[in-house]
Amino acid sequence: MGIHSYAVDEIGHLKENNYLNCDKSLRSWLFTLDHKRIALLYLASLLVFFFLGGLSAIFMRLHLYNVEKPLLSPDAYNVAFTFHGVLMIFLFIVPGIPAVLGNFLLPLMIGAKDVAFPRLNLLSLWIYWLGALVGIIGIINPVWILKYLQGSAISQWIPLDTGWTFYAPYSTSTGAGEGWGTIMMTLAAFILGFSSILTGLNFMVTIHRLRAPGLTWFKLPVFVWGIYATSAIQVLATPVVGITLLLLIVEKVFGIGIFDPAKGGDPILYQHFFWFYSHPVVYIMVLPAFGIIGEIIPVFSRKPIFGYTAVVFSSVGIAVVSFIVWAHHMYTSGMSPFSQAVFSATTFAVAVPTAIKVFNWVSTMYKGSIRFDPAMLYAMAFVFLFMIAGTSGIFLAVLGLDIFYHDTYFVVAHFHYTIQGGAVIGLIAGLHFWFPKITGRMYNPGVAKLAFWLIFLGFNVTFIPQFILGVQGMPRRYAFYLPEFEPMHRLSTFGTFFNAFGYTLAILNLAWSWAFSKVKAGANPYDALGLEWQAPSPPPHDNFVVPPNVEIGRYDYGVPVNLVAQKEVVRS
Amino acid sequence: MASEAKTVEAGAPPVYHHIDPVNAYHASKLGMWLFLATEILLFSVLFSAFAVYNWMYFEYFHDAATKLDWRLGAINTAVLLFSSYTAAVAVYKAQISDNRGVVINFGISFLCGLIFLVIKYIEYSAKYEHGYFPGTSYWNSTEFSAHYKNYFGLYYTMTGLHALHVVIGMGVLLWVIGLARKNRFSSRYYTPVELGALYWHLVDLIWIFLFPLLYLID
Ligand SMILES: [Cu+2]
Repeated sequence: MGIHSYAVDEIGHLKENNYLNCDKSLRSWLFTLDHKRIALLYLASLLVFFFLGGLSAIFMRLHLYNVEKPLLSPDAYNVAFTFHGVLMIFLFIVPGIPAVLGNFLLPLMIGAKDVAFPRLNLLSLWIYWLGALVGIIGIINPVWILKYLQGSAISQWIPLDTGWTFYAPYSTSTGAGEGWGTIMMTLAAFILGFSSILTGLNFMVTIHRLRAPGLTWFKLPVFVWGIYATSAIQVLATPVVGITLLLLIVEKVFGIGIFDPAKGGDPILYQHFFWFYSHPVVYIMVLPAFGIIGEIIPVFSRKPIFGYTAVVFSSVGIAVVSFIVWAHHMYTSGMSPFSQAVFSATTFAVAVPTAIKVFNWVSTMYKGSIRFDPAMLYAMAFVFLFMIAGTSGIFLAVLGLDIFYHDTYFVVAHFHYTIQGGAVIGLIAGLHFWFPKITGRMYNPGVAKLAFWLIFLGFNVTFIPQFILGVQGMPRRYAFYLPEFEPMHRLSTFGTFFNAFGYTLAILNLAWSWAFSKVKAGANPYDALGLEWQAPSPPPHDNFVVPPNVEIGRYDYGVPVNLVAQKEVVRS
Repeated sequence: MASEAKTVEAGAPPVYHHIDPVNAYHASKLGMWLFLATEILLFSVLFSAFAVYNWMYFEYFHDAATKLDWRLGAINTAVLLFSSYTAAVAVYKAQISDNRGVVINFGISFLCGLIFLVIKYIEYSAKYEHGYFPGTSYWNSTEFSAHYKNYFGLYYTMTGLHALHVVIGMGVLLWVIGLARKNRFSSRYYTPVELGALYWHLVDLIWIFLFPLLYLID
């Protein structure tokens, strides 16, 4: 036990051998089986798509700033929002936290050397890259490129413009590039689904089989529980959307009527299948973020997490309930009033475990001695933004209100509060929090705080106006609007720039600090109590120098040896 | 550095840096069961789509089902059931360190898969001659009702996807046969045999659902 703690103190001598510098060749990265390197490769890839998706959002907002002198043609606007949705959802935030922080931290948090199937883990990454490649080609539309090379005019280019939902019958009948753009992109989403399934499967098995001996389920950190619940959804929901998209492809290629009513298909069935996955996928994005917040708040409040068991069961509860709410996306699509009432009720039920989480976070902070590190600022912003996301979700769960709000900017704002205010802020919070562990260095806290305020204020200035626009009745996905919507659209565009600038600054700050910062972090810079802080920073290839002792209680790892001994005396 | 498996001696489990052999066996099995769950979910979507259209176009679907030859379907069912039996025997043979037994029994399962595909091919080409096949002139003519197309569309999607699984399963069997020929398995290590057999059972199981659904709804 004691040896373990001392080994950590002596990391200065071990720094020559960590996962980053043990082999520096390109091949050692592309073929790596180390979960930590795979995590970083995911991170780099995700940031590329986050940037591209953000860029298309900026084009949309610039266009909407002044529709009298439009920047984009209506067709180009459709392409821009499809581009934004597809990139942000399928290539950025669905892999998101599990692929990056889950991969990096899960083995560290359970005292393992790697995930259960390291080769499968690498395969997931390669499949992700393949999916990204196919998707990018699909978005750009290969048939158009061929035609362009044969001498067609550039104005005939219609890349993917179905929106990220690929609703039938538009997606099955759109002639854009003879449909190849849609086929390629749905195929890409199918391939990416495989990557997601394999990651989830790998993590579930890892948590079941690779916990250090003695680390029982209720000693697991809340982040691991979040990842576990997420993985279960990945495994159980993704196949449904995979086969649905495959059916869409079959329909397009062979002209078989499955979802297109003109061929005897049922477009409502498509919506059912699509949302059966695409509601739970929201929790794939946000459940791990809940876990991150549950790790950060106790550390910077200097208090154990309030109501650990409630936090754990609310994660599992959300995962379970998320499977029986999908049709709340379809109140206006045609459904019996009875089913509408059932889905409305189950949707309300999601609020209960979510509220339990918020209550636990706030209670953890209550009477704590709070330190406003950047990671903590992000975590607190998360709680605030997620409250708005959750309560606006309740509006949309109400049958009568949703008929009005459906397909308005209110939904857009609600969704972005959930996903950007939730999942993205959670990811950024986690990246700041575990940055010292990942890189062995400290980032510049001043710049990080400035970036935080830009993101936080920019985000709210972008999306609060969109709530107002939604209440006023502005429909989503329209390239033009009536003059009375102009002020709010302009305000929203202003916010976008601060928001985008904030993210850029935050990421550049981290990148710069990693490359040039001289401030060594040490194994446990925050005096945190999680197991991952007992490994050196950055960890060696096998994570722990000495197999960690997990016989002590959960979140007891940073406590000095003699204190643990005292605790043990008290317990026995 | 690498967690690449290194063979120590014939019949010994591979050595990994991050997991011990017993745990590796349990982990692989759990992983396989989770994967099978995703496969079942994949086909459940097709089953529920079929159920919905069967309910919507009841008469067309029942009529279209009579166009299939249930006898060929029944033969295929028997072939796959038998192949599942030999796959199970192969696992037993591996557990008693009989690598030759694994080769023979998985070999029989593999041949059964081949017979299944040949019969499937005969069925498909008969459909093609009758014009119940996408792309034929009869299929494209107005005589052929859209609701027949719904049925046959789902029929080809479901059986086609299943056939793809048969092919993948045969690939897995072949891979395990190759390992068994090198005497890799023993009572101490037979994970690939067991996982291969599990996958093959799933392929069989899905067909057992497909057969009555598609052939016997009349
Ligand atoms: Cu939903």
